[in-house]
Amino acid sequence: MLIDLSEEYKRMGLPNNYWQLSDVNRDYRVCDSYPTELYVPKSATAHIIVGSSKFRSRRRFPALSYYYRDNHASICRSSQPLSGFSARCLEDEQMLQAIRKANPGSDFIYVVDTRPKLNAMANRAAGKGYENEDNYSNIKFQFIGIENIHVMRNSLQKMLEVCELKSPSMSDFLWGLENSGWLRHIKAIMDAGIFIAKAVSEEGVSVLVHCSDGWDRTAQVCSVASLLLDPHYRTLKGFMVLIEKDWISFGHKFNHRYGNLDGDPKEISPVIDQFIECVWQLMEQFPCAFEFNERFLIHIQHHIYSCQFGNFLCNSQKERQELKIQERTYSLWAHLWKNRADYMNPLFRDDHSQTRGTLRLPTTPCNFLYKFWSGMYNRFEKGLQPRQSVTDYLMAVKEETQQLEEEREALEERLEKIQKVQLNHTKVKAKQSEPSKHSGFSTSDNSTANTPQDYSGNMKSFPSRSPSQGDEDSALILTQDNLKSSDPDLSANSDQESGVEDLSCRSPSGGECAPSEDSGKDRDSDEAVFLTA
Amino acid sequence: MEFSDLIRTGRAQAKLLRGPEAPPLRGTLCLTGHHLLLSPGPQATSELWLLLLRSVDSIEKRVASDSGTITLRCKDLRVLQLEIEGVEASLDIARSIEALSSLESVITSFPFFYRPKGLRLGDAWHFHPPERYYKRVARETNAWRLSEVNEDFSVCPSYPRAVIVPRSVDDGALARSARFRQGGRFPVLSYHHAPSGTVLVRSSQPLTGPQKRRCAEDEELLRAVLAGARPGARGFIVDTRSSQAAKQARMTGGGTEAKAAYPGWKRLHRPLERGQPLQESFVRLVEACGDLQQSTDSWLRRPEGCCWLAHVKEALSAACLAAQGMEREGACILVHGAEGTDSTLLVTSLAQLILDPLSRTMAGFQELVEREWIQAGHPFQLRCAHSAFSHARPKHEAPTFLLFLDCVWQLGRQFPLSLEFGEGLLLALFEHAYASPFGTFLCNSEKERCLCEVRTRTHSLWSGLNQPKEQRKLRNPLYAPNPLAIWPSVELQSLRLWQGLFLRWIRPPEPSEVAWEKVWQIVTDKEKTKLSQPTVSASEPQL
Repeated sequence: MLIDLSEEYKRMGLPNNYWQLSDVNRDYRVCDSYPTELYVPKSATAHIIVGSSKFRSRRRFPALSYYYRDNHASICRSSQPLSGFSARCLEDEQMLQAIRKANPGSDFIYVVDTRPKLNAMANRAAGKGYENEDNYSNIKFQFIGIENIHVMRNSLQKMLEVCELKSPSMSDFLWGLENSGWLRHIKAIMDAGIFIAKAVSEEGVSVLVHCSDGWDRTAQVCSVASLLLDPHYRTLKGFMVLIEKDWISFGHKFNHRYGNLDGDPKEISPVIDQFIECVWQLMEQFPCAFEFNERFLIHIQHHIYSCQFGNFLCNSQKERQELKIQERTYSLWAHLWKNRADYMNPLFRDDHSQTRGTLRLPTTPCNFLYKFWSGMYNRFEKGLQPRQSVTDYLMAVKEETQQLEEEREALEERLEKIQKVQLNHTKVKAKQSEPSKHSGFSTSDNSTANTPQDYSGNMKSFPSRSPSQGDEDSALILTQDNLKSSDPDLSANSDQESGVEDLSCRSPSGGECAPSEDSGKDRDSDEAVFLTA
Repeated sequence: MEFSDLIRTGRAQAKLLRGPEAPPLRGTLCLTGHHLLLSPGPQATSELWLLLLRSVDSIEKRVASDSGTITLRCKDLRVLQLEIEGVEASLDIARSIEALSSLESVITSFPFFYRPKGLRLGDAWHFHPPERYYKRVARETNAWRLSEVNEDFSVCPSYPRAVIVPRSVDDGALARSARFRQGGRFPVLSYHHAPSGTVLVRSSQPLTGPQKRRCAEDEELLRAVLAGARPGARGFIVDTRSSQAAKQARMTGGGTEAKAAYPGWKRLHRPLERGQPLQESFVRLVEACGDLQQSTDSWLRRPEGCCWLAHVKEALSAACLAAQGMEREGACILVHGAEGTDSTLLVTSLAQLILDPLSRTMAGFQELVEREWIQAGHPFQLRCAHSAFSHARPKHEAPTFLLFLDCVWQLGRQFPLSLEFGEGLLLALFEHAYASPFGTFLCNSEKERCLCEVRTRTHSLWSGLNQPKEQRKLRNPLYAPNPLAIWPSVELQSLRLWQGLFLRWIRPPEPSEVAWEKVWQIVTDKEKTKLSQPTVSASEPQL
């Protein structure tokens, strides 16, 4: 199996003197949305865990998410306590104490509630709420306001509406983007992740993270923090592990959030989309820190919704086990791993001081860090994307270098042989070396590049052009794309686009961006050779 | 006047703060006629720090009990802070910098004193003469000729000596057409698009005035442009003003071509921002970029940020329109606004970059800047007198050239493999246009440069940039020649803030530097492997 979580915990350095594998949740006896295998502090007895679970929403008791072996600090996660206005639970207090004790270097832990304070207070009326610093010894309580799934759903909706505005002015566009609040929410998630990563790596303090149920914002924040802390998660395999660990195993409700089944539309929300975007924003910041590229993220996001693979079906491990998902479906990870050459970031440098260890974001306030992710939200409008891909070009260059290298070795071998032959005074007519054939490469989509858009705005600037011409063009393209899109899989080709539905949804705007959607797939080697010649 | 008269205190102990990421420098501050120097103490390892005074855009001083703080805002958007010991000394230094950074006279400016090692005076001024391009076009088309009508700059003071005009129009007619155009800028060839046989022509507005005057020679000239392309060719006049603004210009003697007078030509209006509004957008954008402490996160999405990107979009679309007219419609294009020295050049130069693969090479782009901006009479001295920080009331300042560079950057972002030069060259051009030790961007026109003997008494920027040691900074390692036109997307989602320029001194530079190192490494690895291929045939035994 490609992804094995018990291996992952081993990699973190567990079990050790402070943490142990607990079987308290065997057969999902304590919490049905948790995995069966969980790491808990050694001093937390089954009694404490069960007691604590009774004091937590949906019995999601504090469990380990990430262990930072350099200084024993850890990131734990749970759901909100059922504290109401004054309720207490001895076992829960002991549980937090045990987490603190598992980090001998620090005399307190942070408890991070990722909800806005107002939301958390409102929960108290329903018998839920947040930890009271007075009841727990040695905790520092902290709110980091990330909005709930309903706000996020609306925000995305608003942002997508802005993208679909017909010929907006620059200020309409930027204001719309701003008013959607999307990037503000992304920043909030990032800020929470940064706070936790700093607490763990710089202060050496363990952190307990929760929101309401501890499966949305908590998953986002824990995984962002882990990604910042541990370079392993910035590799191809490590990133799969991270999603497997913080999202799949800890019961992120994929079926509900991504509408896999016909369910409550109010449950749908782009929670993991936001995490994926956070990763992209980090990639933009640190172009050399990630082994994978943007396409990898986009394909994962695509398959979270596609239901083509089993990984993202169901709401919990328990459900997946009951349906025998693992035996009856294919895993996305194997598919991605097989095609990993397409997902590599040629700029990845694991040897550089900047990309090793914890990623350090600049200390100065950097609001400009967060950009609109056109590659994701306009991914089907090829005309809007850069027409040439640096990533593909560099990968091709690397591949060619390798080919040349191999060729050289082969030639050198031959040379050696020839020399030997010469020494033996044997008359051998050495064959002329075959002309080396490098498949030339062209990563530029030249036929796309060579088609202008309509720059005339609404004005008919070139009246000579027959008015129907543009429409004909787009009609033609539609059929072409229909043919192309028979490929069900977002295959790794850089020109991947299953653009039919998107083209048709753009069609109200006329052929405006359509002409540039030329059938740009011609990777004919003639043209390519011509280009590299 | 002697520089020493302006230097009140030449020396002081100071600490220099260069932004959040760089460590502060301590040492002795010295003021010379053209520079501010900071020489670190003998124990320090860092090198001498040097700032060209010309590049100071604004200066602010604050004094405490026994020291003073001077904030220098530079034309390249850097912000520096000097903490100087002694109140008197700091005030003196501030006043001296103020005086020295705003000297009016061209011939006392630093380029006339700059004598770098390894460069010879007079070199490289012949690197990119527009005549060479014009001669080529004349040879290729047979419909155009080089004219010396402006040999003594009497016909058009802002044109260079040599211009290229339709062969069938004589110099006398040119002179009369010049009188009908503002500033004497009669229509001349800017670019010949060989694949379609069409041409790009530029001029200033015709002086039709309220009486709708006409000029037979001017009409003849434009007729000859069409005739030279091919029989029956059509033309489009891209006016960079709105049609209303063009009409209004009649009241002040200007105007636009009347349809009836120019058969075969159709007029299109693509209003581009220019002059003061453009400068204001620039100032506001830079303000927004520097204002990171503000509580709201919406810094760029405030209206301040929008305007600039909107100008980028407009400029690119106008250029695309012109290029499309030539390549797709096979039409000749005449571009003009009012004076024909700003937005006109923006459109013509960008259109060439889109259409012409040669202008996307290192040498070709330099030639383009030389021909379409410097020789074409963009008034650099007036436009780039101040950058975004100046408190002085703007007079003629406008960042038209910067807008051009930004558009080129956008092209490079959308076609990362198609430009031979990288962001480094664009940044260098921006810096040198505003303050430079080289003479290339001095003065407002070729005429003025001749009067100041710029060519013989200063060094050319091109010789400075084309030194081998500079190349790595300026080149695009990803370049792969692309023989086709590059049509950019001008959709809002496709345009980006040019962080490398506007946030150059604000964002930490390391991550992108580390990435470029890697890009260079990948590319040079390939080159090395290629070179190290043994050639079997050569070493094969001779039998």
